[in-house]
Amino acid sequence: MIKSVPTGDVLIAVENMYKRFPLPDGKGEFTVLRDINLMVRSGEVVALLGRSGSGKSTLLRVMAGLLPPSEGRVLSNGQLLRGTNENVAMVFQSFALLPWLTVQQNVELGLEARGIHRDERRQRALKAIDLVGLDGFESAYPKELSGGMKQRVGFARAFVLQPQVLFMDEPFSALDVLTSENLRGEIDDLWNAGTFPSRSIVIVTHNIEEAVFLADRVIVLGANPGHIRGEVVINLPRPHPRSHPRFKALVDYIYTVMTNPNLEVTGEVTVPSLATPPKAVPTSPYAQPLPHARTGGISGLLELIVESSKDEIDIYQLAERLRLSVDDLLPILDGAQLLGFAEVKQGDVRLTDTGRDFATTTILRSKDLFRQQVLDRVPMLVSIWQTLQEKQSGTMRAGFFLDLLDEHFPHDEAERQFATAVDWGRYAELFEYDASEERLYLPEVSTLQAAE
Amino acid sequence: MLKRTFPSPEALRRFPFGLADVAVILGTLLLLALIGRIGAGTFVSFQPPDVVPGVDLDPRNLPYYAGRSTLRMFIALFFSTVFTLIYGYVAANSRRAERVMIPLLDILQSVPVLGFLSITVTGFIALFPGRLLGLEAASIFAIFTSQVWNMTFSFYQSLRTVPQDLAEAAALYQLSGWQRFTKLEVPSATIGLLWNAMMSFGGGWFFVTASEAISVLNQEYTLPGVGSYVAAAIADENLAALGWAILAIAVVIVLVDQLFWRPLIAWSDKFRLEQSAAAEAPESWVYDLLKAARIPRLVGNALTPAREALNRSLSALTRPKPVRPVEPAQQARADRLYNLILLIIIGVLVAWALHFIVTTVGLGEVVTAFGLGVLTLLRVTALLIFATLIWTPIGVAIGFNPKLSRMLQPVVQFLASFPANFIFPFATLFFIRTNISIEWGSILLMALGAQWYILFNSIAGAQTIPTDLREMASDVGLTGWKRWEKLIIPGIFSAWVTGGLTASGGAWNASIVSEIVSWGQSTLTATGLGAYIADATAVGDWPRITLGIGMMSLFVVGINRVFWRRLYLLAETKYHL
Repeated sequence: MIKSVPTGDVLIAVENMYKRFPLPDGKGEFTVLRDINLMVRSGEVVALLGRSGSGKSTLLRVMAGLLPPSEGRVLSNGQLLRGTNENVAMVFQSFALLPWLTVQQNVELGLEARGIHRDERRQRALKAIDLVGLDGFESAYPKELSGGMKQRVGFARAFVLQPQVLFMDEPFSALDVLTSENLRGEIDDLWNAGTFPSRSIVIVTHNIEEAVFLADRVIVLGANPGHIRGEVVINLPRPHPRSHPRFKALVDYIYTVMTNPNLEVTGEVTVPSLATPPKAVPTSPYAQPLPHARTGGISGLLELIVESSKDEIDIYQLAERLRLSVDDLLPILDGAQLLGFAEVKQGDVRLTDTGRDFATTTILRSKDLFRQQVLDRVPMLVSIWQTLQEKQSGTMRAGFFLDLLDEHFPHDEAERQFATAVDWGRYAELFEYDASEERLYLPEVSTLQAAE
Repeated sequence: MLKRTFPSPEALRRFPFGLADVAVILGTLLLLALIGRIGAGTFVSFQPPDVVPGVDLDPRNLPYYAGRSTLRMFIALFFSTVFTLIYGYVAANSRRAERVMIPLLDILQSVPVLGFLSITVTGFIALFPGRLLGLEAASIFAIFTSQVWNMTFSFYQSLRTVPQDLAEAAALYQLSGWQRFTKLEVPSATIGLLWNAMMSFGGGWFFVTASEAISVLNQEYTLPGVGSYVAAAIADENLAALGWAILAIAVVIVLVDQLFWRPLIAWSDKFRLEQSAAAEAPESWVYDLLKAARIPRLVGNALTPAREALNRSLSALTRPKPVRPVEPAQQARADRLYNLILLIIIGVLVAWALHFIVTTVGLGEVVTAFGLGVLTLLRVTALLIFATLIWTPIGVAIGFNPKLSRMLQPVVQFLASFPANFIFPFATLFFIRTNISIEWGSILLMALGAQWYILFNSIAGAQTIPTDLREMASDVGLTGWKRWEKLIIPGIFSAWVTGGLTASGGAWNASIVSEIVSWGQSTLTATGLGAYIADATAVGDWPRITLGIGMMSLFVVGINRVFWRRLYLLAETKYHL
């Protein structure tokens, strides 16, 4: 049985929605989500997939009514959404259980808020606890439970309300591999059995395999600002068989899309919700984000690929082998690509000659290589280095560069960008950073000459 | 086969009333009887100057006096808690109110409580003419003002730092305002609030004793209590009575700790926000007794329907409201207007106070008060330096030794809450006998109360230094001063800042009672802002009282801003372990 795109009633509709957050100190606004159009229909599982910074969690919170949209509108059952959405319940990444309430009291919370009588509350809570397999733990406190059991309470708390749509915000990512595999399977079984307490599911994830396994449609989000790049319809019999060739093809395809931000997402059965507008060419060297990869992570990955003695490695297999989620692996790959150490094509990664050299040579030589590549290919670091050289004292406040970054990123991201720049700059011995004085310095003369 | 004649242990345990219940019933009855007996005393007639309650120095009266003082403390604690819940909630939930309420709290925290007494005593006596209740209320108010600010701060801070995911869950599951308050906000603030209340309560003993026997506007007021007992003993130069008073207060402090705070702390452990079980849960025999007894649970179950009905009706009143998007430009305009009004009000108040002071005492007096403030500042600084030099090494030694610190922690806690003004007479006598000038002696008096915060926090700070860091220090051969410089001082820095700030605040407050001390007929007066305020209060010189309190508040707020706040920042960023 192959389930095609559901054509059920539209439960939630997002129309031309923008979300902006004010920058600190009233320096204008920062756009997190741009022109989002999205529908959630009855009977489908939708996955929102994107890398960190793509605003997928923000989108979920706007649909839940926890955040108001800055522009455009959100409809729930055709009604304009005001305040929190009563038709949804959410399962949180961090469980969000009240530690001072027992399992049962936590599950009853939403019912109590709806003014339901004590006896009925009890009955329904017990049924929900039974459904998630926590029978016998009704009077336990969350701190007595393991992570997986805590998340089961989170599911029971959502199930008991029988929401139209169940929202899951990375529900399995705080659990260890085996536990998350187990719980994911159980949730999928429940859905496939047709006894699921909600009519639709929206899951936010950064795990590609999880998205393909659970969802009927995968919406791929892009970053800076967050936008919908397109969607991939899974079109597999439920439960989605991991051994099916199409399963692997889909995972590979999505990996390729995720590693190439400029690629248009068409998939095989795609309905692009809007054409990706041409990317504006960044003019400032501070507008091009650095991937958040530590230098140690990059060289570690390159060494691993060298040792595998294959020319090309499948990214999906690599992630499986390293037990790394996309959010952890992709920035490292991006870093390697940006520095010209590796190339990513069709879901495979291969080393360049420089990359091979970098991975196999001595520490001192690899630092030289790193510095060369940085000066050739990373405008932000070149600009920082030049600014420092132009100063007589060879030193500059960190705040100066942070201000430049603030113009292109939200403040938290600007700080992370700066931290990454410092990590790379230190490794390349382009500059030094004194965290207590918050100043950047040119290194001592000897290393400086080597750099030139 | 043997026939069972005695009920099995299980059956005995199932018997509705166990020994624990007997203890609980007796305890409750005893408590009610005590409150009735002691509380009746507050309604006696009071017609100054003819009918004034005196204090009898017979030690047999001490339990009654101690009871009166304790009752005052608990009434003040009750009001402090109610105030905290309301003030903190409003400040945390209204952006506009927050802008006024939090700076105001910051200033009120720095105002010397004892300086207030003169104002409040006259006010409250006028409120309850012919009754001792006015004096009683003034004393309770003094304790209240000494307890409440840091409780409110702690509660407000907890409300502002409710974990994001919990707040989102509460919003999404449509919790009503009342449910949110009782299920999320108060529980997550409980532990912090309780610790602060306990610390405040300990500090409150100082003020209960100071506020029971005061002279305001050339009039001596005496309120029966352990503090006025001490005052009478001093006037009578009766050392034995002083000894009995110290014993009484020590017993009361230990009893309140065992019967009230320990059980609460043990109970509050379930409000810990960490999702994993705590390594060492606090214990209390009273709490265990209450848990073992059936009565509390039976009463609780009987009240469930009533509680349910109350929760429902309050929830119905506080349904979550849909958020209405606000136009940013409109909001900015409203904010500017609001700021302008605030500025005008503050400006008028400052101008009025300045005008009052300048027209009554003149600018010269302001300069005098400032000079006196500098003198007191020097005393506070000297105290901090000496207390640090003496107590940090001792504190660190205790903190590094788990066995010792487990043993001494309660002792130090006891010392911190022991009212230092009970020791003052002995010190005064010592100064008189040895001809030590009170100019220097007052430093010691101020230190008697304040130094414990430094010791207490040094111990706590040393305990937070991880063992592996200490092992590393030994491993690389860090000894002597190097060990202090590289490991210990950075490690205990945050804790020391907390202790130093508390000690400094306490010392400023204590200056009002330690720059003037007396023994019998002889009175020692030091030059300083504390003595200035105490003098002005005694004769009812309003302009000087206003000037003195204002000056001291300025000093405390100023030093907090330029000195302690910076150290805090440093502690949070650089020396955060």
